[in-house]
Amino acid sequence: MASKPKVAFYWCASCGGCEEAVVDLAEAVLDVVSAVDIVFWPVALDFKVADVEALPDGAITASFINGAVRLSEQEEMARLLRRKSKFVIAFGSCSHMGGVPGLANLWDRKSIFAWYYHDAPSVAVDGGAEPQETVRVPEGTLTLPAFWDTVKPLDAVIDVDYYLPGCPPTPKLIANAVGALLSGNLPPRGAVLAGTRALCHECRLNATKPEKLLLKDLKRVHQVTVDPEKCLLAQGVLCLGPVTRGGCEALCVAGNMPCTGCFGPTDEVRDQGAKGIAFLSSVVDFDAQEEIERALGNVPDPVGTFYRYSLPRSYLVRKRGVPSHG
Amino acid sequence: MSDGEFQPKIVAFVCNWCTYIAADAAGVARARYSPNVRLVRTMCSGRVDPQFVLASFEKGADAVLLCGCHPRDCHYTAGNYKALRRFVLLKKMLAQMGLEDGRVRLEWISASEAEKFRRVVEEMTQDVRRLGPYKENGGK
Amino acid sequence: MAEPIVVNPITRLEGHGRITIFLDDQGDVQRAYFQVPELRGFENFLVGRPAEDAPQITSRICGVCPTAHHMAATKALDDLYQVEPPEVAKKLRELVYNVFMLEDHALHLFFLGGPDFVVGPTAPKADRNVLGVIQKAGLEIGKRVIRMRKDLRAIIQELGGKVIHPVFGLPGGVAKPMTEDMRKRFVEVADRGVDFALFCEKLLEDVVLGNPAYVKAITSDAYTHRTHYMGLVDDRNRPNFYDGRIRVVDPAGQEILKFPGKDYLEHIAEHAEPWTYVKFPFLKKLGWRGFVDGAESGVYSVAPLARLNVSDGMATPRAAELREKFFATLGGRPVHHTLANHWARVIEIVYAAERLKDLVGDPGITDPNVRTLPTATPREGIGVVEAPRGVLIHHYESDDRGVLTSANLIVATQHNAARIAMSVDKAARGVIHKGVVDDGILNQVEMAFRAYDPCHACATHSLPGHMPLWVRIHDARGELVKEIRRDG
Repeated sequence: MASKPKVAFYWCASCGGCEEAVVDLAEAVLDVVSAVDIVFWPVALDFKVADVEALPDGAITASFINGAVRLSEQEEMARLLRRKSKFVIAFGSCSHMGGVPGLANLWDRKSIFAWYYHDAPSVAVDGGAEPQETVRVPEGTLTLPAFWDTVKPLDAVIDVDYYLPGCPPTPKLIANAVGALLSGNLPPRGAVLAGTRALCHECRLNATKPEKLLLKDLKRVHQVTVDPEKCLLAQGVLCLGPVTRGGCEALCVAGNMPCTGCFGPTDEVRDQGAKGIAFLSSVVDFDAQEEIERALGNVPDPVGTFYRYSLPRSYLVRKRGVPSHG
Repeated sequence: MSDGEFQPKIVAFVCNWCTYIAADAAGVARARYSPNVRLVRTMCSGRVDPQFVLASFEKGADAVLLCGCHPRDCHYTAGNYKALRRFVLLKKMLAQMGLEDGRVRLEWISASEAEKFRRVVEEMTQDVRRLGPYKENGGK
Repeated sequence: MAEPIVVNPITRLEGHGRITIFLDDQGDVQRAYFQVPELRGFENFLVGRPAEDAPQITSRICGVCPTAHHMAATKALDDLYQVEPPEVAKKLRELVYNVFMLEDHALHLFFLGGPDFVVGPTAPKADRNVLGVIQKAGLEIGKRVIRMRKDLRAIIQELGGKVIHPVFGLPGGVAKPMTEDMRKRFVEVADRGVDFALFCEKLLEDVVLGNPAYVKAITSDAYTHRTHYMGLVDDRNRPNFYDGRIRVVDPAGQEILKFPGKDYLEHIAEHAEPWTYVKFPFLKKLGWRGFVDGAESGVYSVAPLARLNVSDGMATPRAAELREKFFATLGGRPVHHTLANHWARVIEIVYAAERLKDLVGDPGITDPNVRTLPTATPREGIGVVEAPRGVLIHHYESDDRGVLTSANLIVATQHNAARIAMSVDKAARGVIHKGVVDDGILNQVEMAFRAYDPCHACATHSLPGHMPLWVRIHDARGELVKEIRRDG
């Protein structure tokens, strides 16, 4: 009997939600498990790095790697799994585009450490030791991975074959991706394994989105109670559906909240944040600078709004110079 | 220009109906101004996708100039207002990203304002020369 | 000096970690260091974000307990905007929260910590996971667990938009009300949930307490620490996951502190070491004396064992009975045996299920008015909940527009960080002698950590034996490509 294809899961600067998304396959996970041999998955199995190193190169059919890359150890693990794998799939927003941790690109190591280990109000007056990459302790030497200034998406450090977007990807998309891998029915290399059109097309409120959307007023979500039967944009709530790839079936909108863009842009767009700016500019119905500025005053944080998941993958990547905190 | 002096690279997106004609007129009149600007002609300032501005920096520009017709004069009626709205949002976003004021500028320059074109380019070159190259100080 | 033994990575828990064990010339443990090699900088990049985005941004700290961060952040926003949510909104929040505690604790029991007991601490590496549990306990039990978690998580998804990184939290309320149709369906799930919870508790008692070797391990000194304990309690000193005051008892079980969450800075400070990225909170009243036990040490613990230790009772009947049994069996309150966390956790599963049933049966739960819109100028807010792994504190400051100017978070596992480091060190000393080290022995060191930290996804590996199996393989367009059946 042929041996089952080997599969690995790993997490870089991750929250573990992508791992949970796999578990949310629920009963279907039993099907997957019978079809593959999972050789590495720290969250769930006891295999160690040494077990991966012992495998021949290319022995793993597919490694699903989630999380952004911002520590040296994460790059090392990504490179190890790349060597040992035929396919590498960037799994989830963080490995796809940097994800929410990518917002740390508005800071750098020095400023992050300054707050976390010195200036935060709960840090003890004499408690501000900073982590070091090499530490002599009485018994020997300990090492820690280096913390970089800049967060990177996975494809900045290794070649990536496919992307499964989302924060996290939905169980349905995961199941489809695994199925495609096992059947060998894969799209061209580099494909993003989700929808190809903007989210609006699959949103249940799409029918109520006006042909010509013109807003005199933008509202922040905590300032309004939305009508759950009407397009959120039409109500003046900034929903990123128009600039976000579909595939999730508009779950957030089903929760009466706007899309925040976690699936990233469609194939034609290189920089999601810039497109978000273009889109918002198209729907704000003012021509005079003062009125424009007033209406856009309710978007106080363009970077956090339009690049929430994609800052490391944007054209600018990171902030120039960094402020001191507080 | 002295050797070794920083020569800013400025990308200017200029609309076909107004600013491009002004730039052309400046050339015909042999107006003297710093040669640091690279023109990209679009049919309308409203064609300028914010991605173009950001891509310019990624590809080595030190500054970006956006030019179009004056309000009410847009050849396509309202394209310049779209450019203005994009510019307002872009400025806000770029400020958050640490881009110095002066690296991205919006000007309305009509076809008959060759002198304004000359002056704006000259000013911007001096400003950006003072700011220094974009790729230093963490620009990627 | 010999090369240290390094366990890398630590497995079957959430987050990254490695254990570095230095042996002396006799092959006994000099010291075992528990290192956390990760940091992302959330407190920094929350600055500049609109406050109302905090519940969804902070949930990305942890995708296993996103609801905990989401809830702490939402409560911090109530405080920031000085806005009181309608009663129904608070009930809905607490309902969702108990669903989450129930399913997350169940995950830990069956997929993370449980395998060590069901399959055995020194069982072969490839068996120490949920599939080993299913093989031992039976496929029916496995399917029951999977189905129960699926139905519970479907409740969170329906009310919260997404179950992983929900969207329902807003200052002054929640984004979506519960309809009567939803309530009827949720009642059915809640009823099953109580049965399931009692089943889990009984399973643990049978498997663990029925095994003398396990009882010996649980009560052994190697896995025991006498520290302070901290937990959120209601006005009758009973644990409440959603709200309450913070109570601290000393190693003798005496209350030494009780304070509202917003006073946390008066009582808690953080210590840092250069060999790990995690910070170590300690009680200011006692100060940082190092990684030591005792009434004079500022080290304290949180999460299930701690929550029982600070309690005078439980707010629901079956859980209250089980709590009595717990203390009667283990020699009274407080219990210092780290591995007793596993039993305390299943008692909390019962509490969460009973509380869920109460809340979903409340006739007012379908009131559609789930929001109070904030009107005050925002300034500063602190929100505290009990995450599955312990007390969770979110503290924000904002400008007049509600854009965050500062964020400070003390995240549940942190409160346990010192005791975890101590537990791993002590366990290593307890099980490693004369240089004899193998996979099973190292796993017993890891068990010292696992008792504190539930987390994460299910274990999947090759399925054993003779179950009927039907595999359908679909291509990327969702079309059926191949079907394989194997009858049992």
